[in-house]
Amino acid sequence: MRGDDDMLSVERLRIEQGDFVLTADFNVRRGLRVAVIGPSGAGKSTLLNALGGYIDVVAGTVVVDGIDVSAASPDKRGIAMLFQDGNLFPHLTLAQNVGLGIRPALRLSEAETAQVMGALGRVGLRDFADRKPGDVSGGQQSRAALARVLVQAKPLLLLDEPFAALGPALRAEMLDLTSEVARDAGATVLMITHAPEDAERAADDLIFVDEGRAEAPRAVAEVMANPPEALCAYLGR
Amino acid sequence: MARRAGAVTGPIAAGGVFALILAALLAVMSRADWPVTIGAADWSVLRFTIWQAFLSAVFSVLFAIPVARALARRRFPGRGALVTLLGAPFILPVIVAVLGILAVFGRAGWVSDGFALLGLPPMSIYGLQGVVLAHVFFNMPLATRLILQGWQSIPAEQFRMVGQLGLSPRMVFRVIEWPILRQVAPGAFALIFVICLTSFAVALTLGGGPRATTIELAIYQAFRFDFDLGRAAVLSLLQLVVAGGAAVLALWILPPLALQTGRDRVVRRWDAPSPVLDAGWIIVAAGFLLLPLLAVAISGMVGLWQMPLSVLTATWTSFWVAVVSTVVLLTMALPIAAWLAQSRHGGAEAVTLLGLAASPLMIGTGWFILIYPFAAPVTYALPVTALVNAMMALPFAVRILLPPMRQVFTDYGRLSAGLGLHGFALWRIMLVPRLRPQIGFAAGLGAAMSVGDLGVVTLFADPDVATLPLQMYRLMGSYRTEAASGAALVLLALAFGMFWICDAWGRRHVER
Repeated sequence: MRGDDDMLSVERLRIEQGDFVLTADFNVRRGLRVAVIGPSGAGKSTLLNALGGYIDVVAGTVVVDGIDVSAASPDKRGIAMLFQDGNLFPHLTLAQNVGLGIRPALRLSEAETAQVMGALGRVGLRDFADRKPGDVSGGQQSRAALARVLVQAKPLLLLDEPFAALGPALRAEMLDLTSEVARDAGATVLMITHAPEDAERAADDLIFVDEGRAEAPRAVAEVMANPPEALCAYLGR
Repeated sequence: MARRAGAVTGPIAAGGVFALILAALLAVMSRADWPVTIGAADWSVLRFTIWQAFLSAVFSVLFAIPVARALARRRFPGRGALVTLLGAPFILPVIVAVLGILAVFGRAGWVSDGFALLGLPPMSIYGLQGVVLAHVFFNMPLATRLILQGWQSIPAEQFRMVGQLGLSPRMVFRVIEWPILRQVAPGAFALIFVICLTSFAVALTLGGGPRATTIELAIYQAFRFDFDLGRAAVLSLLQLVVAGGAAVLALWILPPLALQTGRDRVVRRWDAPSPVLDAGWIIVAAGFLLLPLLAVAISGMVGLWQMPLSVLTATWTSFWVAVVSTVVLLTMALPIAAWLAQSRHGGAEAVTLLGLAASPLMIGTGWFILIYPFAAPVTYALPVTALVNAMMALPFAVRILLPPMRQVFTDYGRLSAGLGLHGFALWRIMLVPRLRPQIGFAAGLGAAMSVGDLGVVTLFADPDVATLPLQMYRLMGSYRTEAASGAALVLLALAFGMFWICDAWGRRHVER
């Protein structure tokens, strides 16, 4: 059942892609950071893409912040999403890329431009505003994408492993920054991860996806202390 | 999912093309005598059309194989320039090439002069041999590029393996080159066959007579000389069936058209035998392509001073017809490509092939019939020409735009959807900047094809209205060869210049 305190409610969701079927039925409480973990090919990415409105679902509803968005287009769901790649347009400057989060037509008022610069400053990129993605490092590209999430100010943030290509130290840094950005924006976060230590570091709850089913979130510490059999197998314990 | 780019405008543009062709077809059919009878003369025209297209495609591909093989396995100075030259015939005005071919292979040409020294009779160029020769001139480079492209897609690792195992050239051909050739050559053959089926300008200048008339040329003659709209109608229907059928069959084996001048790479090869044979093929191919152009350039320099003023007027006319045509082309091609790039059934691409299959002269004839009761068709000669030119270039433009368009939607489709980029903003912020090189290339191709086109304008034109190719053709017809060569040089500069400007725009500020 959906409660007032829930930011995301997924009700009897069913996704079919050829032979592959994924079902999900869970709620996520407001303000939580939830790790989505599971073997490759289990459907983690499919689940997030369906929530974001990028994949059609066969049945079920998605409710974000009390509003049924099941039939809404991706930009009208109250969701910001970062993908594994392709989060920035290579031909636009970082400031323009961030500005798209405010106005997709990119004609910003002075106040909005200041907001963009503020967001870039927040992630430590104020001096890089006029650079293009190709001229900055992978970590800086991730920061710029996070700055856009900040100005998008959506209540729910989905991360489909946007930091997968970064080294361990940088990835940890980005996860911390993500937590801060989410806290500043008051956003709830769902993030896919392969590494249990990432979940322990940056998540409160954990959703385990396996064999075509996304389980309801449980507290990370609790799950890690006493993992179910399937998760044990995945973790190699 | 909501409003996709081109979801509305794409079908409208495609439907518009379809409607224009259909209207022409209906107009033509209304003038045909029913039941349609195909006479002996029509059968011989049909036979010649298919036979010359078949021969042109066979010789183009057979000539291209050794040339492509030599280019694929040799590195030599000027190789890059030669590969670029292979792209030139696509934007080379047909009438210019014909003038060059006449200067080299004609009765009073360089080859005949050589024959005379040996006491041989001069070469005869008019008829089947001339038509096929000109078609090979235009399409052998195309086939070479397609085959070369195929062989260059072979990973370098395979050739390292060849070097390690010491395979003979014969084995390399069997194991590596032949499988690719078997994939590419039928597509190249089919493409050239379809292009040659609707050939007009070559047949007009080098063919003619009862034994060397293509359907397209027969439509022109029925229309222009006899004003026999009924016969023109029957021939148009015949053309539609032949070229349309061939194009639909060819669609399934057509190779993709890539923008690839910059991406040319040479793989280090260990299997190349003595270079003599390869060098021979390269010299023959380069000579075959360069000598006619050289001939035009030489006589054109002299002819520049003998050009009548009408050439200047015609140049201006051709310029703005090409500009209008290019704008129309992009207005149609961009939404259609965006629409097709996101559509799940690839069959929709067949829509654009209508432009390839429907003959320009049939469309011209149809629109002449439609306009005739209301106004003097001559007044609409140039707008109709610009429109038909755009439709002829449409299949090429869509094929150039489609693969990168698909890639952009794969890479950034979710990002733009998540940000709510729609409509004009999507074009301005994502599609145009990402596709700039291909848009520039397609526009350049369209402009050059339009500027050099000698087709539908011949139906409508009166002495006061002429595009540059038509003016040149008239000069050739009145045996003012040097003035025609001067005009050819101007036309060449205009075609290459317009292509270069568009292409250079596309290549500027490209962000990877």
